[in-house]
Amino acid sequence: MNIVVCVKYVPDATADRKFEDDYTVDRVGVDGLLSELDEYAVEQALQFREKREGEDITVTALTVGPEKAVDAVRKALQMGADSGVHVVDDAIAGSDYLGTSLVLAKAIEKVKADSGADLVLCGMASTDASGSVVPAMLAERLGMPQVTLASVIESQGDQVRIKRDNEGSTEVIGATLPIVLSVTDQSGEARYPSFKGIMAAKKKPLETWSLSDLGLDAEQVGLSVAYTQVEDTTARPPRTAGEIVTDEDGSGAGALVDFLASKKFI
Amino acid sequence: MSEVLVVIDHADGEVKKPTFELLTIARRLGEPSAVFFGSPEQGDAVAEKVKKYGAAKVYVVDDAQIKGYLVAPKAEALQQLAEKTSPAAILLPSTFENKEVAGRLAIKLGSGLITDAVDVADDGTTTQSVFAGNYTVQAKVTHGTPIITVKPNSAAPEEAEGAGTVEAFAATVSDAAKTAQIVATQPRQSTGRPELTEAAIVVSGGRGTGGNFEPVEGFADSLGAAVGASRAAVDSGWMPHAFQVGQTGKTVSPQLYVANGISGAIQHRAGMQTSKTIIAVNKDPEAPIFELVDFGVVGDLHTVLPAATEKVKERKG
Ligand SMILES: Cc1cc2nc3c(=O)[nH]c(=O)nc-3n(C[C@H](O)[C@H](O)[C@H](O)COP(=O)(O)OP(=O)(O)OC[C@H]3O[C@@H](n4cnc5c(N)ncnc54)[C@H](O)[C@@H]3O)c2cc1C
Ligand SMILES: Cc1cc2nc3c(=O)[nH]c(=O)nc-3n(C[C@H](O)[C@H](O)[C@H](O)COP(=O)(O)OP(=O)(O)OC[C@H]3O[C@@H](n4cnc5c(N)ncnc54)[C@H](O)[C@@H]3O)c2cc1C
Repeated sequence: MNIVVCVKYVPDATADRKFEDDYTVDRVGVDGLLSELDEYAVEQALQFREKREGEDITVTALTVGPEKAVDAVRKALQMGADSGVHVVDDAIAGSDYLGTSLVLAKAIEKVKADSGADLVLCGMASTDASGSVVPAMLAERLGMPQVTLASVIESQGDQVRIKRDNEGSTEVIGATLPIVLSVTDQSGEARYPSFKGIMAAKKKPLETWSLSDLGLDAEQVGLSVAYTQVEDTTARPPRTAGEIVTDEDGSGAGALVDFLASKKFI
Repeated sequence: MSEVLVVIDHADGEVKKPTFELLTIARRLGEPSAVFFGSPEQGDAVAEKVKKYGAAKVYVVDDAQIKGYLVAPKAEALQQLAEKTSPAAILLPSTFENKEVAGRLAIKLGSGLITDAVDVADDGTTTQSVFAGNYTVQAKVTHGTPIITVKPNSAAPEEAEGAGTVEAFAATVSDAAKTAQIVATQPRQSTGRPELTEAAIVVSGGRGTGGNFEPVEGFADSLGAAVGASRAAVDSGWMPHAFQVGQTGKTVSPQLYVANGISGAIQHRAGMQTSKTIIAVNKDPEAPIFELVDFGVVGDLHTVLPAATEKVKERKG
């Protein structure tokens, strides 16, 4: 069995994130890393393998992104994935949901042809765009059951059951492998790469694919053919500094309630 | 005028406020047709509600073949409805589930998708609030039928009489869409407080509560507010995940957000930074949350909040 875990390389959320002149996200001039929410997906892939000791299970980490995005795959290999795939092509830059999901789906199909794709694992959202749509779109494109936003995952044989927090309820979802599964940050802390893991990662197979390797051409993806177009981006003006009072002998509560009244909240 | 499909947000036939916001927005783009996934018996009652906000038609899609499976059947039904009506746009309330429905629908229709819009102009230009609220982005769908998911509190609902003609729509759900089965559903218990994403006022607590949410809840109740929590409070098991505000929880955009014992991490800000007015109570004057506030109290929430609660009650009489 082979698990494909999709990992995205994103700008560091705690640093300055900005847009380029063509309104695409600056992914090259800023510090990037494996999206923290995709670490949970890698973790669940590794746990899936560990829980099913004795079975022959491999984990392939897949990313689509610029040159530096290979770091996301490397991190996944250090954590314990067995092999990596980096899809990189200038023509992909600026892809929207439709373009990105197309490239990912084609790449997953190629992995499947080479070594199988019985479980496609994703994070719940990227930490930059936070769309939370790509996993559902992969399920649509690959014709696999969609089992998304899992906080608890159980599997036996080819059956998988998950717990999903919905708007007004918690649901248990069941499906039969192969599936597309996305996991939330409630699914369990991700491990840190060990020193041994970091050394071992250097020897693990890592392939680089371009669009033509996937049977796609530049007219099918990227900014120029995107189905959506960004027309403007504006930095939000910093909030004007508010009034800060220090509570002394109960003065804070009085000032707080006066403020609420002045704004007509009471 | 072209139809604009608006997917109704409801809990067992009880129409929720974001629906009225979406209908108000839809009127800028064309003639709103509301889409109700639910029990046909509830169709007429739902139509009464949505016609007050301008719904000319109400498509009732019997969800007997839909509700037992995750996401895929709804996308199929909407595809069939879109093919029948050739709408000018399709609007959905921005929930996790609806975003997934919209994603699959975008592929089926070959249409562009914009998620988490906080505004839609009459020419279809959307506004999104991105990077934890630090940027706003103007964008437009350029291919196919615009599919747009819209966040709660993105417009003030405005009434307008619509015909509200009920039309049953028989969707065909393929076997391929029935592969992820909902085997059990446990409804969350109602707290009796307003819904987090819809509330005009949200009062949240973080690690600084030390696990005692009573001061936070008491203050929330005095203001008629919803209660929220930081991930630290959720991870500690003090509050259920459904209350989490932030990147991996709910995004709220209320008139007033009160953060108590919350430091203001970027992932928390992502869920509340677009609130109109922000207040914080925190004992650390250096807490980053104070960079955002309109008003802040440096103090212990365990003394400030109960005292403030009493004062609010006095004023309200
Ligand atoms: C602020 C912002 C807003 C945007 N809004 C829109 C919009 O409204 N409409 C639109 O069409 N596009 C939009 N985009 C573009 C869109 O985000 C990109 O196409 C992006 O590559 C995929 O979406 P996501 O990051 O939101 O993925 P999500 O759906 O949040 O990703 C979920 C999971 O899918 C997997 N995944 C996603 N991308 C990759 C990748 N490149 N490599 C490997 N795995 C991956 C990961 O497992 C991830 O956890 C926006 C981009 C930004 C930065
Ligand atoms: C991928 C990812 C996603 C995340 N998603 C979210 C999310 O959705 N939502 C979220 O909230 N976080 C999220 N986080 C976590 C986030 O980074 C912070 O760790 C979290 O928000 C901290 O919660 P807190 O402010 O309650 O706790 P802390 O940061 O520990 O702050 C506690 C604050 O309480 C104050 N305090 C202590 N005692 C008192 C008292 N008696 N009275 C008044 N003040 C007091 C302290 O001064 C301090 O400022 C995410 C993190 C990651 C990596």
